[in-house]
Amino acid sequence: MSRKQEVLIEAGRTERHYWRDVWRYRELFYFLAWRDILVRYKQTAIGIAWTLLRPLLTLVAFTLVFGKLAGLGGSGPPYALVVFSGLLPWLFFANAFTEAANSLMDNTSLITKVYFPRMIIPASSVIVSLVELVLSGLILVALFAVYRYVPGWQVLLLPVFVAVAFAAAVGTGLWLAALNVKYRDFRYVIPFLVQIGLYVSPVGFTSALVPENWRLPFSLNPMVGVIDGFRWAILGAEYEPYWPGLALSFLMVLVLLAAGVRYFRSMEKSFADVI
Amino acid sequence: MSEAITAHNVSKCFMLGTRSPEKYHALRDVLAQGLRGLARAVVGQPQQRQQFWALRDIDFQIKEGERIGLIGRNGAGKSTLLKILGRITEPTGGTIRIRGRLASLLEVGTGFHPELTGRENVWLSGAIYGLSRREILRKFDDIVAFAEVEQFLEVPVKRYSSGMYVRLAFSVAAHLDPDILIIDEVLAVGDIQFQKKCLAKMEDIAGEGRTLILVSHNMSTILSMSTRCILLDGGALVASGRPQEVVRAYQDTVQDQSLGRTDLTRVERYGNGWARFTGIQTQALAADGQALEFPSTGGDLGFTITLHASQPVKEATVALIIYDEMGGRLIDANSLIKGKGLSLETEETRTIRFRLRNVRLKPDLYTAALWLGVQNLADIDGIRYATTFRVEARREDILYTSPFPGVYMCEFDYDPDVRGVSTQ
Repeated sequence: MSRKQEVLIEAGRTERHYWRDVWRYRELFYFLAWRDILVRYKQTAIGIAWTLLRPLLTLVAFTLVFGKLAGLGGSGPPYALVVFSGLLPWLFFANAFTEAANSLMDNTSLITKVYFPRMIIPASSVIVSLVELVLSGLILVALFAVYRYVPGWQVLLLPVFVAVAFAAAVGTGLWLAALNVKYRDFRYVIPFLVQIGLYVSPVGFTSALVPENWRLPFSLNPMVGVIDGFRWAILGAEYEPYWPGLALSFLMVLVLLAAGVRYFRSMEKSFADVI
Repeated sequence: MSEAITAHNVSKCFMLGTRSPEKYHALRDVLAQGLRGLARAVVGQPQQRQQFWALRDIDFQIKEGERIGLIGRNGAGKSTLLKILGRITEPTGGTIRIRGRLASLLEVGTGFHPELTGRENVWLSGAIYGLSRREILRKFDDIVAFAEVEQFLEVPVKRYSSGMYVRLAFSVAAHLDPDILIIDEVLAVGDIQFQKKCLAKMEDIAGEGRTLILVSHNMSTILSMSTRCILLDGGALVASGRPQEVVRAYQDTVQDQSLGRTDLTRVERYGNGWARFTGIQTQALAADGQALEFPSTGGDLGFTITLHASQPVKEATVALIIYDEMGGRLIDANSLIKGKGLSLETEETRTIRFRLRNVRLKPDLYTAALWLGVQNLADIDGIRYATTFRVEARREDILYTSPFPGVYMCEFDYDPDVRGVSTQ
């Protein structure tokens, strides 16, 4: 008898077992991600091709516009590599938080019918974008081959920056997912955020172009640190990040994630009532 | 025996915005309301919000191994109580102590994805109900065998017949092995054969000392399954005790409400919600159109239904479907048959009316479902339990009708001795 778990349901009670439940449902996290990936590549015949085509076309456009027309490409590593090392984390981040923001609405029937920690839904939706990131990594390898470019030892740090990008995407995704349930017209705001984000993140340009006294405020954007980190890991010493800025960006990622988790948890209990 | 569930003073209150019937907000409204609220605060006029108590001060205990039948009319608070027990929504007040693993089955096929195969869906749905990979692996063969879908495991479930779909979905749930199992109305779907199998499976579950909470509008299921019944009405617990007595009390509440208007704004429904049923009123009419006190065999039934559209609806079909207590579909009055489509403008409120003539249903309880949609294209709004009504025996029928089972009372002639007529 004593082996049976006991649950106390009470108004306004912060779930004591919340994180234990998240752990207990860890396999659901994996299964939901698996479902999303399976469904995506089952439904579209050219699923994988499309996953590769999108970053590739964006890369071509950026290289032509900024590299050739605006003349941003300088000496050093090929401009296509410079752009792609920024594009890779940015596309991941933008896709991931958009997916996460819509994930709750896409899983309404689960939310109104079964209990599990809701956080698993947006978090697992980010995994799909992570798979895309890995697939897009193939383009990077191809670019290495085309330009006969060998990355330095810094490339070993790439997983660290992927992890930070993941945390940033989950943090943003949790905020937007919860807001999206509460305010239905929030979904119109999301594409706008993606657009603005692209301009204030060093994707088409490098952070070195930002004036010295603006670099710290610029780094308040969590993606600045992530992109600079990617660039450094891929292109080596020449793109060594501005360390105080990187630290600030990473701190912002932590703040974003912690606040996102807090906000999401405060909203989570009312999801089933308002969705 | 110890208590599986102890509920104390459980209440649930929904806040209804005065402005719109929508449950969610639009950011633009909030911004606009914020400004208005600010203006009001300056003027000193408080903002009013309507409260709706779905449950109020519910107290009950359920012992381990009990089989509880939870009954009540639409909007009585059954679904809300189940959702609180299942931790899907949280109560506004009160406490509930639950001992043991609880699984709630509020819908058949929760988490099923049409594009995925039967095999994939078993894994997914198992994980959603909180089974570990090892548990699913162990039970996989049993689940598939119980559902009788072995040959179709690698086929996407969108190609399944509805019967196969329901069987597979229920089978996953039937193998959860929880200490407490909550089942809401899921047996209303599926073929009779499989329903029996499910009931047998649930008997097993109960036999193993597990606790079962069953919600159904089907009183014969309730009577055959439960050891105790709890009756909710208007968010309050009004009766608890021996199934026969509580079911009778329920039937009395239905009888009181048999005629009259049922509010449909807060009931379980499906569909895209472009338009919604907001109310239904049942009237008993004599063949000549005169209003009667209660529906009786051979009389007419009038259903006056109100709808509200939030988006334009073009040439839609309305169906009024009557079910018996076993969930058997008896009557489908469908506007398509009359060739009259229903078109609604945005924000239009409309009242429509069905009149069923010479309804020869035997005295019993029946439920009516409503459906609005575009045939084979979209469900706009569907309500399985829109209203319940009771057909009464007329005095002259009372002597004869009760001993004979069946739902339809046919008018017939009888000749005890036919002579001179050739049987050839």
